[in-house]
Amino acid sequence: MATTADKILTGMPDENGHFGPYGGLFVPETLMEPLAELSAAYERFLGDREFIAELDTDLADYVGRPSPLYLARRWSDTLGGARIYLKREDLNHTGAHKVNNTVGQALLARRMGKTRIIAETGAGQHGVATATVAARLGLECVVYMGEVDIARQEANVYRMRLLGAEVVAVKSGSRTLKDALNEAMRDWVTNIDNTFYIIGTVAGPHPYPAMVRDFQAVIGRESRTQIRERTGRLPDTLVACVGGGSNAIGLFYPFLDDPEVAMYGVEAAGNGLETGQHAAPLCAGQPGVLHGNRTYLLEDRDGQIIETHSIAAGLDYPGVGPEHAWLKDRGRVTYVAVTDDEALAAFHTLTRTEGIMPALESSHALAYAATMARQMDREQIILVNLSGRGDKDMHTVAAREGLRL
Amino acid sequence: MNRIRDRFAALKAQGRSALIPFVTAGDPNPGVTVPLMHAMVGAGADIIELGVPFSDPMADGPVIQRASERALEHHTSLSRVLKMVDEFREQDQDTPLVLMGYLNPIEVMGYAAFAESAARAGVDGVLTVDIPPEEAAELLDCLHRVEIAPIFLIAPTTTEARIRKICNVASGFVYYVSVKGITGAGNLDVAEVASKLEPIRKATKLPVGVGFGIKDAETAAAISEVADAVVVGSALVSRVEALMNEPALIPEEIAGVLSAMRDAMG
Repeated sequence: MATTADKILTGMPDENGHFGPYGGLFVPETLMEPLAELSAAYERFLGDREFIAELDTDLADYVGRPSPLYLARRWSDTLGGARIYLKREDLNHTGAHKVNNTVGQALLARRMGKTRIIAETGAGQHGVATATVAARLGLECVVYMGEVDIARQEANVYRMRLLGAEVVAVKSGSRTLKDALNEAMRDWVTNIDNTFYIIGTVAGPHPYPAMVRDFQAVIGRESRTQIRERTGRLPDTLVACVGGGSNAIGLFYPFLDDPEVAMYGVEAAGNGLETGQHAAPLCAGQPGVLHGNRTYLLEDRDGQIIETHSIAAGLDYPGVGPEHAWLKDRGRVTYVAVTDDEALAAFHTLTRTEGIMPALESSHALAYAATMARQMDREQIILVNLSGRGDKDMHTVAAREGLRL
Repeated sequence: MNRIRDRFAALKAQGRSALIPFVTAGDPNPGVTVPLMHAMVGAGADIIELGVPFSDPMADGPVIQRASERALEHHTSLSRVLKMVDEFREQDQDTPLVLMGYLNPIEVMGYAAFAESAARAGVDGVLTVDIPPEEAAELLDCLHRVEIAPIFLIAPTTTEARIRKICNVASGFVYYVSVKGITGAGNLDVAEVASKLEPIRKATKLPVGVGFGIKDAETAAAISEVADAVVVGSALVSRVEALMNEPALIPEEIAGVLSAMRDAMG
């Protein structure tokens, strides 16, 4: 039974972008007015039927939505427990959930009269999704990417360049996603008049965490309808991987007020939480302020952000969306962590048993779902967000096995 | 004791603007910082802005980013910066000192603990780049309690309504960011800066400083005609970087640059 307290869960954030003590607007003064303009524009277009209709058409005809809900029968049978359904975001145009958000933000950018798009990217999936929509709308596009990530995601870098984007290698700090985000912020501060910054996850200053969630919530809305049509009820458990957390919040959000649905967010335990080489701020971090919002962070005792490790570039980030921080404290979502090795095992298992090659990011969710399924009854249902496809990761997987492609 | 207010009052009586050098604490190593601060005072610095290194300085250009990285290689934490201030105060009780940095190290230390330690060390003002007034209520309370001035930035994109909001909570001085961009950014237009200062003057009686993009003595002099203070950062930090392998030469080099600016400003 839903209590009044539970209903509050979908009413966030408050007008200043706070999810309880998390979120907010922690940015240099130059960005305050542009962020206020973005908030106002976003709220205006949310209520604009024409905008919503255009977005829905793009999601259907360009992205290919709704994405299927697939019962992984053979894999479920192997595990011998709960039925596992996969929400097939890997079948979206560009191969991941990221495009749901970039389609939305690009439409907003055009309506706001911006001619230049910038983005940060880790695995390259958000960069590709941004370069894709920029090409389609004829907008200039610059993508910031850490030097380390460029080296391990060459194919996506070339894909972005084919799409006409300029990919800028970020050489500061740890040369990964967090530094790409810093550099994109610096670009935005400098080119604020004509530039729209498409943030790829539910982090950053208000209104990004709420806006990106709203664009990704299509995942959860579709899943809700699809699972009911197929099974006549809601799933027992939702599972999604959490880096910044956009695919997870997209799946979870439309279910937050259904207390019978348990939710698990799976962070990257890297080489193991005990080694310190991981990317699991919710499991092993503490609250702080980074990239415009207050949230759980991986930091040292002096408040410096520490370097993270995950085999999945898209999870290799020391922070997490503020709404996840709040849902953790509220106890609504349980956050767990899965190691590189466990994720790799799940990658191979799904590929061999279902003929679906998952992204290494999504493989974290699959690994945890497998553990849970074994402990559940055959009548129970787990719904996993298969947030992206694994083609981009073939080099990483091969290298791990001592092969060169 | 209110060193910032007293210093601006004294300068006003002399008809001069303040010269405020910025250096990153611990750059290129922690041993350089205190002697450098004394050398800057000797060369005519009226107020010192000391950068607290942070791993993710999103408002800073490459020069100050690299300075932070050098300082962090030597583990220049916020508490270590406060020890440097304490050491500086052993010899200098008069020069106002402002810490400039990002919020997270302060969050981790705790607002109240930070404010008390900073006051004890002899800090006069705190400029936190990534906390706007909207998020600052608790930090402001802690700073007020120990009479440390919260310094806020005003940007070219700041509306008049926001200027009033910022001036309502600022003390010490307000800091106008002269360009849309990061520290060490492109060229600033003195006439444009002057016109932007008008609404700020209407909103506050506090002195108004200008910074970001002041590269040489000539620009410093031009800005001093329209502002109460001129802040110079990246232009100094790039000299520090050039001498990172001969740190003993840094204080004299920076003093030379500042003297030229002080002379040009009159």
